[in-house]
Amino acid sequence: MAIASELDTLIPNNVNLSADRKLQRALEQWQPSFLRWWQDVGPEGFQGDQVYLRTAISVDTDGWAHFDHVKMPDYRWGIFLSPAEAERKIHFGDFMGQPAWQEVPGEFRNILRRIIVTQGDTEPASVEQQRRLGQTAPSLYDLRNLFQVNVEEGRHLWAMVYLLHSYFGRDGREEAEGLLERRSGDSDKPRILGAFNAPIDDWLSFFMFTMFTDRDGKYQLYALSESGFDPLARTCKFMITEEAHHMFVGETGVDRIVRRSTELAKLDPNADVRKQGGIDFATLQKYLNYWYAISLDLFGGEISSNAADFFGASLKGRFKEAQHEEHTALGQHYDMDVIEDGKVVRKEIPLRTAMNEVLRDGYVEDCQRAVNKWNRTIQDAGLTGIELRLPHRRFNRNQGIYAGLHFDVEGNPLSADEFKRRQDEWLPSEADRTYIHSLMQPVVERGKIVNWLAPPARGINGQPFDFEYVRR
Amino acid sequence: MSLKDAHDAPAPALAFETHPSRYKHWKLTFEGELARLTMSVQDHEPLRPGYELKLNSYDLGVDIELCDAVQRLRFEHPEVRTVILSGDKDRVFCAGANIHMLGASSHAFKVNFCKYTNETRLSMEDASQHSGQRWLAACNGTTAGGGYELAMACDEIVLIEDGSSAVSLPEVALLAVLPGTGGLTRLVDKRKVRRDHADVFSTLAEGIKGKRAVEWRLVDAIAPRSKFGDAVLARARALAARSPMPAGAKGLPLPALEPTVEDGGDTVRYRHVTLKVDRAARTAALTMAAPTGAQPDSAAAIAAAGAEQWSLRAFRELDDALLRLRFNHEQVGVVLLRTSGDPQAVLAADRGLHTAQAAGSWLAREIVLHMARVLRRLDLTARSFFAVIDGPESCFAGSLLELALAADRVYALDDSKRPAHLAVGPLSGGALPMSHGLTRLQARFMGEPGRVGDLLGSAEVMDVEAAQAAGLITVASDDIDFADELRIAVEERVAMSPDALTGMEASLRFPGPETADTKIFGRLSAWQNWIFTRGNATGEKGALTLYGKPERPVFDWRRT
Repeated sequence: MAIASELDTLIPNNVNLSADRKLQRALEQWQPSFLRWWQDVGPEGFQGDQVYLRTAISVDTDGWAHFDHVKMPDYRWGIFLSPAEAERKIHFGDFMGQPAWQEVPGEFRNILRRIIVTQGDTEPASVEQQRRLGQTAPSLYDLRNLFQVNVEEGRHLWAMVYLLHSYFGRDGREEAEGLLERRSGDSDKPRILGAFNAPIDDWLSFFMFTMFTDRDGKYQLYALSESGFDPLARTCKFMITEEAHHMFVGETGVDRIVRRSTELAKLDPNADVRKQGGIDFATLQKYLNYWYAISLDLFGGEISSNAADFFGASLKGRFKEAQHEEHTALGQHYDMDVIEDGKVVRKEIPLRTAMNEVLRDGYVEDCQRAVNKWNRTIQDAGLTGIELRLPHRRFNRNQGIYAGLHFDVEGNPLSADEFKRRQDEWLPSEADRTYIHSLMQPVVERGKIVNWLAPPARGINGQPFDFEYVRR
Repeated sequence: MSLKDAHDAPAPALAFETHPSRYKHWKLTFEGELARLTMSVQDHEPLRPGYELKLNSYDLGVDIELCDAVQRLRFEHPEVRTVILSGDKDRVFCAGANIHMLGASSHAFKVNFCKYTNETRLSMEDASQHSGQRWLAACNGTTAGGGYELAMACDEIVLIEDGSSAVSLPEVALLAVLPGTGGLTRLVDKRKVRRDHADVFSTLAEGIKGKRAVEWRLVDAIAPRSKFGDAVLARARALAARSPMPAGAKGLPLPALEPTVEDGGDTVRYRHVTLKVDRAARTAALTMAAPTGAQPDSAAAIAAAGAEQWSLRAFRELDDALLRLRFNHEQVGVVLLRTSGDPQAVLAADRGLHTAQAAGSWLAREIVLHMARVLRRLDLTARSFFAVIDGPESCFAGSLLELALAADRVYALDDSKRPAHLAVGPLSGGALPMSHGLTRLQARFMGEPGRVGDLLGSAEVMDVEAAQAAGLITVASDDIDFADELRIAVEERVAMSPDALTGMEASLRFPGPETADTKIFGRLSAWQNWIFTRGNATGEKGALTLYGKPERPVFDWRRT
């Protein structure tokens, strides 16, 4: 590995890497593996291009967003933690009031490692899922955003690997290798979470993924940024700032589709968006239903002893824990709809056991806010009778208490047969997918954009839309 | 009513007979010399209400079916040389005993549940060791706790390599109890995992996967998902090739025993066995009758006599009666064992088996092995057993003598007008070993080993006097004293602490060497049963009690 002074330039960091022999040794092994992984399964066909990317070079206000044209394999993936808070105390769970842990408590070493590995595994997984998307980019602006998301997922992987290397010894180094060995969709070595094993090969899905699935990531990061294990809390806090861009890509991406579809509807005598080569609202709604449900699954079971353990052990808090009045979550209940003998029954669940659901509540609210925004875009365009909606949270679930059961988008129970008969009403059919795929025609001319998508309101970092975001 | 209350109240009587056509939780299929036994536990079919059997976790109901399958594979499918044990859930092989069931069960139920599951796993090893019917665990996903213990009961383990599936024993770290279904013992005794590796593994809740699992001898092979099926099949065939099972053997279907159950379960009558419980006295009378008429004397005759021959039928009945006794009559402290019938008929049946087995009859061998297992179940039953010789037809001869030898004491009515009919037989010399490998005669005469040879060399049917001289009788008394002697002994016994008696009997019944089996029952289970009663596991703030609940356990840190 390079000499110390070069090292800090090569790998921007605020963890004193040049003086940390343990971390240097670990990275010496891991960094070449990471670069090989990026070349093997990172964005396909663009590794030699200059991309206008944001690089974090420090955690200061002007340092975390440094823009430049750079080849992706030369991207400086760095290691950043939010600045330490002096004498931080644990502020929830059974260890409330004690000083935050600066080292991993042995008692929780294994569950912490599992939390970090599970979170970390999603980062390279999403890069793998999206590796072919570049070839059908709707504009250079979108192409650049895709790559920004990809390199930052890579950086988030680095963030998790930093924790594994620094705090988990040999096991941590092995787990870090494992993060590069699993492959999205490879049945022999799949990524840990099911949702991260299906390819994302159209841009509607990409926008939905960054809107809904990355938003799960936001809530997980917020919950972990409360952690009593201080390095994890600080790492996650810094990741949140980057994750915001991913959700921006998703939320505005869907909004730009909505805007374009209203324009196309108005162009067509029968308001037939598909006839005009756009994405009709019915199809948009089906993709929304699919991605929302699969993302809800990522929060885990509604009633979860793991969730209770994580909270009790002061390892994972709630979204903005400080805003809650009480922080032990003992002796309190959460009213939840559970299924008993095929009927929905309201039950009191001990609050700690319901922590996944508590986190999911905030997420649902956040998603609703975005949907309202899209609906305003429709209204502003003067279209009536069209409204996008979040399906009921029981709809199409594969994890938790609703898994294996069937509900319509309003949350009414259905038989398996009836669900099967009607699922094309709610979820993308083969025909829908074929149609969406047919729209995926690349547009790589500067300042141009594909027919089904509206240009963004503004470009990146004050640049216009008509800018060479990717230099071939 | 909580599950706990449900266990304290009189529970509905359990029955232990089943049949593959009625399995809820397993699928049993056959492909020539291979059988596949696939765990497919139905979440919503627990034995008792109050918990769900998620992730292929098991309760007694699941294990009763497993036990039935192991037994039937041996008798009904001698053509099977390897049994592939697998699971049908995605990414899960078996998550072990259901924690919520354990957490809510009474102590007595937990202990008997564990004992039964241990006996079932030993019967799998017995099948491999003595019948050459091999077992291969095809761990297609998470293999945790009792799931890994089940895999360890197999000859070989193949684990899927998918980056996440691990084998694990999370009991100590997560639940503050032990992997008590043979787990710790098999780790170091059977699989010969280095003890420091075993120590690390047994405290690592998430377990060990991939190459390290092989390096540490925790599994025999790993295979990625795409090659898993082929790897399993190749290993299964290799195991089958080394199996000494005879070619062309024709299976013997085991018919249902269908006992008559009376007095709300207090009386159970089989063809040869009767169990009669006296709730008020906390005693039970267990009586076994000798066969009548001519007994099969060759391999062909044994095959022809089939499942109805006494040696198989009567011991299946005894087995079923012992299980009912254990689970349905927790309060019974003393069991009076009696026999009746013609000692020559028992000896003839034993001789037939002995001759046929020596001539290579697989069925004779299976019947004898089965008798041995049932007798070991008797040795391991935590009740005081008194053999009683008081009837005109008492018949502790041959294989029935084992009942007297298994008993904690033998009471005999010394009456010259009533011959006692004790006799050693051809199976007494080693065909029916105890868990620690000794015969019951050897275990009885640790201090006078010469008596064993003397007895085996004698074909004499003994009366009480001779039996007493031979050291087979604890107390012999005449007809004036006998009834009182026995009554007082029983009343005295049932008044003593059941816990102390259990510990005492288990210590006295097995003098001599240890085997993996006795370590499982005498060391692992004993520690487990102690831990089950400790606050750190089952107290209000114990880890087992609080598993799945929002609070974290609080331990009493004092070590003993």
